[in-house]
Amino acid sequence: MSNKLPDVEEILEGAVKKHGLAVVPLLQEIQEHFRYLPEEVLRKLSQKTGIPLIEIYHAATFYNSLYLTPRAKHQINICTGTTCHIRGSGKLIEEVFQVLGIGPGETTSDGNFTLETVNCLGCCAVAPAMVVDGKYYGNLTPGDVREILNKIMEKAAVEE
Amino acid sequence: MEATSRLAVPEDLAGLRERLKDRLDEKKPRLVVCGDTGCTVRDSRELAAAIEKILSEQGLSDRVELKVTGCLGFCEKGPLMLVFPGAILYQKVQPSDAGEIVEKTVLKNELVERLLYTDPESGLPVACAYDIPFYKLQNRALLETCWYINPLDIYDYIARGGYAALAKVLGGMTPEAVIAEMKEARLRGRGGAGFATGLKWEFCRSSPGEEKYILCNADEGDPGAFMDRSLLEGNPHAVLEGMIIAAYAVGAKEGVIYIRIEYPTAVLKLEEAVRQARELGLLGKDIFGSGFDFDVIISKGAGAFVCGEETALIRGAEGKVGEPRQKPPFPADVGFRGKPTVINNVETFVNVPLVINQGAALYHSTGTESSGGTKIFCLVGKVKNTGLVEVPFGTTLRQIIFGIGGGIKDGKKFKAVQTGGPSGGCLPEAMLDLKVDFSDLAQAGSIMGSGGMIVMDEDTCVVDVARYFLQFLKSESCGKCFSCRVGIDRLLEILDRIIAGNGSVEDLALLEELAVTVKDTTMCGLGQTSANPVLSTLRYFRDEYLAHVRDKRCPAGVCRSLFRYRIDEDLCAGCGACAEQCPAGAIKETDEGCYRIDHGLCTVCGACAETCALDAITKD
Repeated sequence: MSNKLPDVEEILEGAVKKHGLAVVPLLQEIQEHFRYLPEEVLRKLSQKTGIPLIEIYHAATFYNSLYLTPRAKHQINICTGTTCHIRGSGKLIEEVFQVLGIGPGETTSDGNFTLETVNCLGCCAVAPAMVVDGKYYGNLTPGDVREILNKIMEKAAVEE
Repeated sequence: MEATSRLAVPEDLAGLRERLKDRLDEKKPRLVVCGDTGCTVRDSRELAAAIEKILSEQGLSDRVELKVTGCLGFCEKGPLMLVFPGAILYQKVQPSDAGEIVEKTVLKNELVERLLYTDPESGLPVACAYDIPFYKLQNRALLETCWYINPLDIYDYIARGGYAALAKVLGGMTPEAVIAEMKEARLRGRGGAGFATGLKWEFCRSSPGEEKYILCNADEGDPGAFMDRSLLEGNPHAVLEGMIIAAYAVGAKEGVIYIRIEYPTAVLKLEEAVRQARELGLLGKDIFGSGFDFDVIISKGAGAFVCGEETALIRGAEGKVGEPRQKPPFPADVGFRGKPTVINNVETFVNVPLVINQGAALYHSTGTESSGGTKIFCLVGKVKNTGLVEVPFGTTLRQIIFGIGGGIKDGKKFKAVQTGGPSGGCLPEAMLDLKVDFSDLAQAGSIMGSGGMIVMDEDTCVVDVARYFLQFLKSESCGKCFSCRVGIDRLLEILDRIIAGNGSVEDLALLEELAVTVKDTTMCGLGQTSANPVLSTLRYFRDEYLAHVRDKRCPAGVCRSLFRYRIDEDLCAGCGACAEQCPAGAIKETDEGCYRIDHGLCTVCGACAETCALDAITKD
């Protein structure tokens, strides 16, 4: 993503040309640009396409990977699939709360971290697993989670 | 990569394969690194890069082939690597091992012993993968190919016989003959319900109308299952080949692959496979000069478990909200875009070329009377050898868990195996000799599902597991049917009550009654099977429920309101590590120099027990 704010009209134009009136791909494309689904963009989408806002909202709340609130700089996804559950993913979630003070679906007040749970990452053999900013981690203990988060925070502090 | 033009007729494929036969040279040194998610988590990409660098530094790049493949199967021991000739399996390989492997195994034909698998019984190292019990006890009819092909290279697939089934079909079989072959092979859908594939195709073929569709269900949403992801990442062309054959059989010109967005690598590999297949004319107009046209689009699911239900899947693939609808009409009559549609799962499509290549009779000589072929399972949980396993239908649970899986981890005792994901059930030790088959599992109160197999030991609480699945189903219920939307919620409340130590024996009867009501009164598969986790655990583990409600005790030590941590003062050395770890500040030093837990402050998180080097902290 570039630093320049994306032009809403242009994005909607392109998305509609590509996906027609299929609401889910439209929302996926919007989210690719903004990293979430801003309300004003959804309103514009509705005006432009004639898809009722309620249908757009329905889809946005139905699917797990569509977000109505802004995402943080760093995205933490903890797998809560069955294998991860019985191998202790609950403790990883608690550890994130200990370190960052956020639970699933929440974002830190500085906007740096969002924690989400996912149903299954499909790497059950290395359960419990977590993805931070697209990088997969497996066979985790709460201590590992603390270390990984601390490293990211240290790195961010250095960069600032 | 080869510069080959379009394959205009079936004979072109044979010619191309002839030109590619160097790729099958078994004497050529080949290093295969697993590129599947499980191994890449543990740095297998870095390993491949290290090998590549060494090969090029030593001028070996032409003589030694390096291949990054899909899942090699034995995920427990990852990162995995195979060295050919000899199929030598190296386990837990680190990038720093690359030099030694090249120097010893490739150049001097010697083994790097410390990287070999050790047989737990004999204590001896085993070099060849085919001799390791984990692999030896399987029948890897589908998965074996993944060892030999680079999923991003269509020529690898073709060199190993890929698209030959398609050539055979388009070179002279009628659609009816293809359908008859599937029927005779007793190929059944691998997505869960086990419907006969040939019959499904026939219904769609005989449904009126010119416009028909093939829909591939790659929205693998069962937690604890990753067979389809591994097939898509390891052998995407086999999925496409199966789809094209299905399209020919039913008379479809377009196909859709509905794949979940949580599988980014699989999406990329599939997109590349589609591009390459189009380039060679295996997708598009007039495939193999037969006059048959077919192409596919990839549609990305946005994350909803209910989209595994076929009518919901259709809506999802259309880019709509994936809510199920009443059946009939069945998708074979009214499906994608309202037209007759065949929906098959990824693994089912991968079986299709195999049926054509082997012929129905040979294919169905593996498996049981009613289900031909093999089934892939994700063997995970508290089992020693986790990984992707493939066995003929009819193999017993015991053979899978204790033979291939090597039994339970850390010397613990087996408690239950969960099959079929959130819609399945938990089976106890007494059911271990059950044969894995659609009907046998259903009779036992579970389901085959798509192939998740989660092993649980004595430290797993079945009440907690039942609660876990209900929590999952609650958040995934689309809310259309009242009894699913509200019923699951009420079931969850009862379980929460039991887990908190406030349950009564009457709650068990209520749980059962409500579970049956939900099962009987919801419309789609999600709702109808949502009670399985509760019903199957009540059926086989009633004692554990009773311990929760009557004795207010969680035998497995999972439900936090029903047990406490205790420091054994005889064992405690007074190091204070536990007190340092305790996030609640609940551990204090005693006058005797030991430590004690203040149960008023303790949150039962277990951090202390994990820290204690002397195992002096136990559950009480």
